[in-house]
Amino acid sequence: MSVLVFADSNNGAIAKSAVEAIHYGSKIGETTVITYGNVDDSALASLGNYGASKVLINKSINEFDGQKLSKLIRAAAESAEVIVFAMDFSGKSLASRVAAGLNAGLVSGALGLPDTSNGFVVRKAVFSGKAFANCKINSDKKVIALMPNSIQVETNDASASVEEFNADLGSSAVTVKEFKAKGGGGVLLTEADVIVSAGRGLKGPENWGMIEELATEMGAATACSRPVADIGWRPHHEHVGQTGIAVRPNLYIAVGISGAIQHLAGVNGSKVMVVINTDAEAPFFKAADYGVVGDAFDVVPKFIEKLKAFKAQQ
Amino acid sequence: MKILVCISKAPDTTAKISFTDSDTKFSETGVQFIINPYDEWYALVRGLELKEANGGTVTTISVGAADYDPIIRKALAIGADDAVRIDTQPTDAFQVASEIANYAKDKGYDMVLCGKETINYNGSQVGGMIAELMNLPYVSLAVKLEVNGGTATIERDMQGGTEVVEISGAFVLSASKGMAEQRIPNMRGIMQARTKPLTVVPASGSLAMTEIVSYELPPAKSACKMVDAENMDELISLLHNEAKVI
Repeated sequence: MSVLVFADSNNGAIAKSAVEAIHYGSKIGETTVITYGNVDDSALASLGNYGASKVLINKSINEFDGQKLSKLIRAAAESAEVIVFAMDFSGKSLASRVAAGLNAGLVSGALGLPDTSNGFVVRKAVFSGKAFANCKINSDKKVIALMPNSIQVETNDASASVEEFNADLGSSAVTVKEFKAKGGGGVLLTEADVIVSAGRGLKGPENWGMIEELATEMGAATACSRPVADIGWRPHHEHVGQTGIAVRPNLYIAVGISGAIQHLAGVNGSKVMVVINTDAEAPFFKAADYGVVGDAFDVVPKFIEKLKAFKAQQ
Repeated sequence: MKILVCISKAPDTTAKISFTDSDTKFSETGVQFIINPYDEWYALVRGLELKEANGGTVTTISVGAADYDPIIRKALAIGADDAVRIDTQPTDAFQVASEIANYAKDKGYDMVLCGKETINYNGSQVGGMIAELMNLPYVSLAVKLEVNGGTATIERDMQGGTEVVEISGAFVLSASKGMAEQRIPNMRGIMQARTKPLTVVPASGSLAMTEIVSYELPPAKSACKMVDAENMDELISLLHNEAKVI
């Protein structure tokens, strides 16, 4: 099968979630990547390391413009049977639009490779992570948006060919005025392998120092529960849960969060969950892999101290 | 200002999830249905706020059978002026979006608002598909929407921050947390909702592109391993040797 993968190129670099999508595409068939903006040719050629055969780049688009990008992707998808996006911010904006334009079925939030033994069936999480659905795509062209952090990326030594790609992109009714970067500059929540999250159990915003220290030690992103974001202890973009951001890190450490069903809906895709809470009856322990009943103000500093010792030995 | 808000039905967030018919259908027994929270709290309420500030109408649109009517009445109680239900049982987002686009395309709406995703299918599909099918710009994951004359200023979540965009003319938007605050319908609203128009229109016959062949529940979680608060060495050892995540 011939596969087209859209790779977002925010700030001139190919996103981690896009690298996963490229590798995923290469497991399905001969993979061409379409991207845009100002990315080094060498960086594009190195996408061969993840399985891309060819990389198409459009240099006339320099910012995220959904209307132009969907036209570009559709033009590049002419001979593709499967079109893959990462289910990240850009994929959520583009995959649906491209699928409708191609008259193609879309499975968004795919967790694994398509099963082609009986049609073309892709597994995804539904009911906010409380169940899975096997979705069959019945159209000729098939569109998949891959959930970030759901496949292991392997690399090889191959190099991809790079070509400029132009298409009639028309005009756009949307003007980008400004990009407001989130403060902090640390690890992005949606790309983090490890997340350290805290809730009301921390008693006040002034107590987040140890959470940030733990996150720094672990190379982790920081997150928080909804009440903490609502009362303004932490910024809204850190809120994970049903109405906030859904995350799927390898390790999620929850400190002083009771684990309401709405919070779990945003974190239940995590591979391993550690819960630290004073209340042994907190519902979060039922969902966790490892639990510590204790006061965060005792446990977290001790954990940091032991973690530093462990890292020093490695 | 003519505003169209897409309303979907979803099981209550605390509903028990189970399946019937050899795991091919969601079991609705004992499940309470609500308006999909993103459609209600953010898209509908922001639409109402804009109408209150600028004048105009808010119409809700849903694609579903008569079992949708209670949640549509709730949307009317919250403040929508009228409602449209396209009478069919859709099986995927493409079918929903096609039905809405076919209905809305010649009606002159200034904006079509939807939630960023439903809490049952988590697809984030309908808004972008409507935009493509109606040939309108689409702004996904919007957290702020202001309208000044014929120009809308929208803030949306993007990788690493928020982007501010401007649009002149009609558009489709998917609403995320931050757009508005939840509104509880008052008694007057509930009374008025009974007599507000809910128009049922036949489907245009759009077809689905995907189907769910089966559902699965996650495997039972093994019990949480408890670690003594005094023994953080053990926790580190478990995370390193057993879970292999550090």
